[in-house]
Amino acid sequence: MHRFANPTRFLRLSKVLLPWSGGGGVLLLVVGLVWGLWFSPADYQQGETVRILYIHVPSAWMGLFAYTVMAGASAVGLIWKHPLADLVAKASAPVGAAFTFVCLVTGALWGKPMWGTYWVWDARLTSMLILLFLYLGYMALVNAFDDPGRGARAGAILALVGFVNVPVIKFSVDWWNTLHQPASVSRVGVPAMALEMLLPLLVMGGAFMFYYVTLLLIRVRSEIAAAKVRAIRLAQGHGA
Amino acid sequence: MTRKQRRLAWVVFGLLALGTAVGLVLLAARDSVVFFFSPSELAAKPVDSNRRLRIGGLVATGSVRQEGEVVHFIVTDMARDIPVVFTGLLPDLFREGQGVVAEGKLGDDGVFRASEVLAKHDETYMPREVVEALKKAGQWQDVSVAPSPGAKSPEAPR
Repeated sequence: MHRFANPTRFLRLSKVLLPWSGGGGVLLLVVGLVWGLWFSPADYQQGETVRILYIHVPSAWMGLFAYTVMAGASAVGLIWKHPLADLVAKASAPVGAAFTFVCLVTGALWGKPMWGTYWVWDARLTSMLILLFLYLGYMALVNAFDDPGRGARAGAILALVGFVNVPVIKFSVDWWNTLHQPASVSRVGVPAMALEMLLPLLVMGGAFMFYYVTLLLIRVRSEIAAAKVRAIRLAQGHGA
Repeated sequence: MTRKQRRLAWVVFGLLALGTAVGLVLLAARDSVVFFFSPSELAAKPVDSNRRLRIGGLVATGSVRQEGEVVHFIVTDMARDIPVVFTGLLPDLFREGQGVVAEGKLGDDGVFRASEVLAKHDETYMPREVVEALKKAGQWQDVSVAPSPGAKSPEAPR
């Protein structure tokens, strides 16, 4: 952990990683989209509408994953005071918020033809909406302080408190009656999805993951640059 | 204990306490968190006939009867049934043997008058051809959802 918490080493490592994560993301996205939207079969119940799945489900996965990264980095920042952890948490939030937003919008567009409604207040949909608000609240809180260190501290506490919502989202469909279906992929035993639909879904999941890693690396790099600029400004201000 | 260990202990303790609190709140608010009641759950609790609520289950096979704009069907959870009357357009996925959630009021006669009907699908995703091949081979376990024995059918005179 300590080795990667060094900003200089991170800058060097991320420069090597970026072309691979970016290139891999574009490749997987093209393969996944073409496979999912054209070559994968229509569903026996839902017909062609099922193809929203290939955007909706990876967005939901990444919305949860980005929050988990944010909460994990917040804990590391609070406890071990690693200089990079706060930046990772801050950089993860807008990306995760965007994934969550895409998940909610595609879910609404899917719900209308299948369920007969854009939105219901069931446990899964409501907890996912709370996740979006947690992201937005975190972003507002972190930026509400003049001192970035204090902003990161306050944000880290909010991120950790909000992490309680993550298992609630995941298990909401098992704990309560919901309109949303239970998990198809990550369930005990075999996935409830035919392989010719599961494979393009997993490719899209990989594409979204690479995209997330790429954006995270770019954002952390720019946060490091911004911190350097701030330090130089302060030094000049004192010198004048 | 070093300062790092103390901070770690605070974070772990805080998360455990918060998790317990949220868990207890959700447990206490169980009835308002669930989106619908199954026919068995509804039978276990007294319901005011003026209270709006949602029931959910499967549409019993052979129970759907259309009279113009009015639809009669039975919602079942294999143990208990509730006859439902609904006026309006049904969602595309509404069919016998499939999940359904209906919002409305349970009358004193035991008939549920729905003002809104939503389709609920399960977690199975499969291509049409595979399902047809399975059906041909007799391997397809179709959900034939008969109303539970002794239940009042909507056709029965009352």
